[in-house]
Amino acid sequence: MPDDFASQSHIRLGSNSGKPQTRLDGIAKITGSATYAADNAPQDMIWAVHAGAPAARGKVVALDTAAALAHPGVIDVMTPENRPELAQDPDARAEFFAMKIDVLQNDAARYAGAPVALVLAETLEAALEGARLLAPQVEAEPARIGFGSSEPYEPPFVGFGSPAKTVTGDMEAGFAAAAQNVEVEIETPPQYHNAMEPHAIVAQWDGDRLILDTPNQAIVMSCPMFAAYFGIPPENVHIRSPYLGGGFGSKAVINAPQILACLAARQTGRPVKLVLGRSQMFGPVGHRGATKQTLKLGIDGEGRLTALSHHAVAATSAFDDFLEPAANASLNTYACPAISATHAGSRWDIGTPGAMRAPGEASGSAALECAMDEAAHAAGLDPLEFRLRNYAETDPASGRAFSSKELRECYRLGAERFGWAGRPLEPGQMRDARGRLIGWGMGTSLFQAPMFRAEARATLRADGTAVVETAAADMGQGAWTALAQIAADGLGLDLAQVEFRSGDSKLPDAGIAGGSGHTATAGSALFSAGQDVVAKLAALALADPDSPLHGAGNQAVTARDGRLFLAADESRSASYADILASAGQEALTGNGEGVRNPKDAEERAMFSHGAVFAEVAVDPDLFQIRVTRLVGAFAAGQIINPKLAESQLLGGMVWGLGFALHEEGIHDPRTGRPVNGDLAGYHVPVNADFVQIEALTVPEADPYVNALGVKGVGEIGITGSVGAIANAVWHATGRRARRFPIHVEDLL
Amino acid sequence: MKSFEYLRPETLDEALAALSDPDAASLGGGTNLLDLMKLGVAGPERIVDLARLPGLDRIETLPDGMTRVGALVRNSDLAADPGFAAAFPMVAEALLSGASAQLRNAATVGGNLMQATRCAYFQDPFAACNRRAAGSGCDALGGANRGHAVLGWSPACIAVHPSDFCVPLAALGAEAEIAGPSGTRLVPLAEFHLLPGEEPHRATALEPGEIVLALRLPAAAAGFAGNARYLKLRERTSYAFAVVSAAAALRIEDGTVAAARLALGGVAARPWRCSEAEEALAGKPATAESFAAAASIALSNAAPSGANGYKIVLAERLLARTMAAAAAGTPAEMPALPGSLMDDTGEAAHA
Repeated sequence: MPDDFASQSHIRLGSNSGKPQTRLDGIAKITGSATYAADNAPQDMIWAVHAGAPAARGKVVALDTAAALAHPGVIDVMTPENRPELAQDPDARAEFFAMKIDVLQNDAARYAGAPVALVLAETLEAALEGARLLAPQVEAEPARIGFGSSEPYEPPFVGFGSPAKTVTGDMEAGFAAAAQNVEVEIETPPQYHNAMEPHAIVAQWDGDRLILDTPNQAIVMSCPMFAAYFGIPPENVHIRSPYLGGGFGSKAVINAPQILACLAARQTGRPVKLVLGRSQMFGPVGHRGATKQTLKLGIDGEGRLTALSHHAVAATSAFDDFLEPAANASLNTYACPAISATHAGSRWDIGTPGAMRAPGEASGSAALECAMDEAAHAAGLDPLEFRLRNYAETDPASGRAFSSKELRECYRLGAERFGWAGRPLEPGQMRDARGRLIGWGMGTSLFQAPMFRAEARATLRADGTAVVETAAADMGQGAWTALAQIAADGLGLDLAQVEFRSGDSKLPDAGIAGGSGHTATAGSALFSAGQDVVAKLAALALADPDSPLHGAGNQAVTARDGRLFLAADESRSASYADILASAGQEALTGNGEGVRNPKDAEERAMFSHGAVFAEVAVDPDLFQIRVTRLVGAFAAGQIINPKLAESQLLGGMVWGLGFALHEEGIHDPRTGRPVNGDLAGYHVPVNADFVQIEALTVPEADPYVNALGVKGVGEIGITGSVGAIANAVWHATGRRARRFPIHVEDLL
Repeated sequence: MKSFEYLRPETLDEALAALSDPDAASLGGGTNLLDLMKLGVAGPERIVDLARLPGLDRIETLPDGMTRVGALVRNSDLAADPGFAAAFPMVAEALLSGASAQLRNAATVGGNLMQATRCAYFQDPFAACNRRAAGSGCDALGGANRGHAVLGWSPACIAVHPSDFCVPLAALGAEAEIAGPSGTRLVPLAEFHLLPGEEPHRATALEPGEIVLALRLPAAAAGFAGNARYLKLRERTSYAFAVVSAAAALRIEDGTVAAARLALGGVAARPWRCSEAEEALAGKPATAESFAAAASIALSNAAPSGANGYKIVLAERLLARTMAAAAAGTPAEMPALPGSLMDDTGEAAHA
């Protein structure tokens, strides 16, 4: 790439970015023409349904395979006795993102719902009935469910390789310097992703090539992971995942039913479709693990933190480790000379947790923001003033400068919009005209702004239109649209001139749609691919004696509206189509990579920030809670598509309300079976739960995160919102939430 | 799913003949039965779809003044019927507070009466449940039972009936019109659902082979239309079963309660008619004190069946609140969030 383009540390995006473009796949989705994985039905396809363990801990001692096989339409039953070999030990965790999975390797039941057999049938109905007729019986031991059920252990790491223990500064000295300490203990329950689209897979083999239609958040990355189970080269796996009906982290890693479906397809020589029922999503596809968090805040006489210790016991399964890195939420939010973030693990007989929208940050921020509210009250300060007194000018954990941080403006704008001024310090002071208790609470939002690695390809065609390609994942967040906007800007074309191909593992690797880094990562690759095309075009034009741009030497050219302009004299320009035609080229291809500048990554702390303000109305006798207003203000770098960004931020805030008031995966304490494994019992918020909800964005220029200045908006909305609502409930009622979701009996 | 025979009779006689098979089940809107079949909780050999039975999709006034609602009338249609909603506003409010719009469009009046408890252990074929499998035990006892019964339960079963609709019906003295091999009969709605006792597997007064043909509401029930409310506490604003709910209808004369009709939902295996509280309230001034006293009577025999003692407090307070709301007068228009304490949107109904 010529220096003209690479040397700009912060690139001005073109006319497509920044527009509230309606999602390009919207019509296809609402008319039903968008093909989701389970919509595929190849010739000769059969159905697979797995039977789940009815108890969480024990040994499967009976499976009535004869009854299942005798049912009309049932083709075969796969059990540990006849399951074909896998090329990789499913308990090996061979790769960083691979979890241990239950694929009939033995007769152990390690959690309720773990696959104990797979029924193959000509119809879905026959497969379901076959699975029911298996009537699995488990010689069960009592399940370990809950924090008291096993001894905590010290984990080597939490989350995806994050340190389990981080201490900065002198904790003892910090607490010694405190005028007072505030201690808070908060429990959060298991939560289940419950994407609208259940996990599904249609698997077919063509010789030793495996073709998969399955929703996937990390399309290219998953190919070698599938391949490893079947002993085939990664390039022999083809994943098609054009649309995901929500992912939230649960479609980023491979799960057991998927592998069983692939095995069944290979064994039968027929395409196999497997779609999880809603109740089957409470086990083998991950969840947000429960936490029990203890915070101790030391504050001096002026309301400044002197020490902050945050300890989280995180629940994981009995056989694998994914620990919610909840305490780490305290490492980067508030200035404090001594911070300790530590974790312990707690083994439950439950499916292994995994990443769920804002893993660690959601649970950790919920507890931290509640603790900060108590500390503000103890210090006699307004919660916003208290947070401003403890504003972190540099990253508290590392001391590094922030790449950008417009949090102060978020506080100001959010507070102004909400009307925070004049809030009484004491709880129970406000009532509405109907006598309901009114409370105001707030929380700080924080989420990392990571970049992974992505590649993209852009091909300019003879007519001046272009094809851009990268295997991005649109899980509803709007990747089809926002990434296309960036790609068009990279090419200097209007969005309508660009055909965006995505969602297929044969395309360049777009990395993972997770960690709120997809737009930044894949977008950077797409932009850079477009710029590569423009640079090559410029070289053609400058070298062409007949071109209006000929002889411009090293003077920069600008790409816009399908033309190259001489920057210094815009009367001199040439269209892309003419440049290609003059050069006798049918097409011109450019490649791009999206990766963070290592120096910036090393030197800067990179986060999105925000502030959420909540108003609740609480019935004084019956303690029904209504969130009457929820206002968030967020600084997340360059906003590519304000409409989609707002939707993402609002979605996060909706999740925050669900976390605070609704979501709770309940497991029977004796058997470990899910008690509310459906959408009637597992409550997520409904439209009627929202009266007024608003997400604002604050302009933020960030020359370090990436050339586009893009951070992420997918997860930050949850953080801050949970605490804001819980703190508002306290402000209304004087009662502090000690567990989520807040139940009416906790307030009575 | 288990294979089954599907019949759609055209006449009542055909339907009753088809239902003489002990493994047959009748189908209304299917909003509960189909779920139970998918869960493996119900496994009928024969489904008898009542959709084509003539004359059961009507709301009519009988010569004696009774209102008769056919079993096939959809919940949404009944709630939207102007005459019905005006005469029995708290019934309409209860209907609209239940489920979701999509479910209400499918669900029928007869099916609502026949719906099974949503006790998670009843719905889990691997759990012990005396209601589902007689004599197998009750895993809800000692299990996750925040939502379970505080009235009328037995050690054999602590489940609650989930209906909103049936709560005001029980209060108003509605009757179920039942047809069977030996003719038709009427059963008071407050006794239609059976308390568990020793035999929780028998959920309703329906004998084998019988179906619900219609609901009947006495003419006198319309006399409460001016002061009638249904309020429902739930864990989200829509699409959630009641934690507890209450129906209160009052006839107030000169500031005195001449008559009261009260019932609670979400507290027992049946919609809980509060007859003693009704009697105690009659003749008392329509004041908060009277309502609190009556509510206290209604819950005087309540006892937690697990981690649900809070429901006793809530039910008592809610019943008193609902009486107060009824005393304030039935709203001229259906609230935007029917049955909700949270009705503050001022917008069109979208619950």
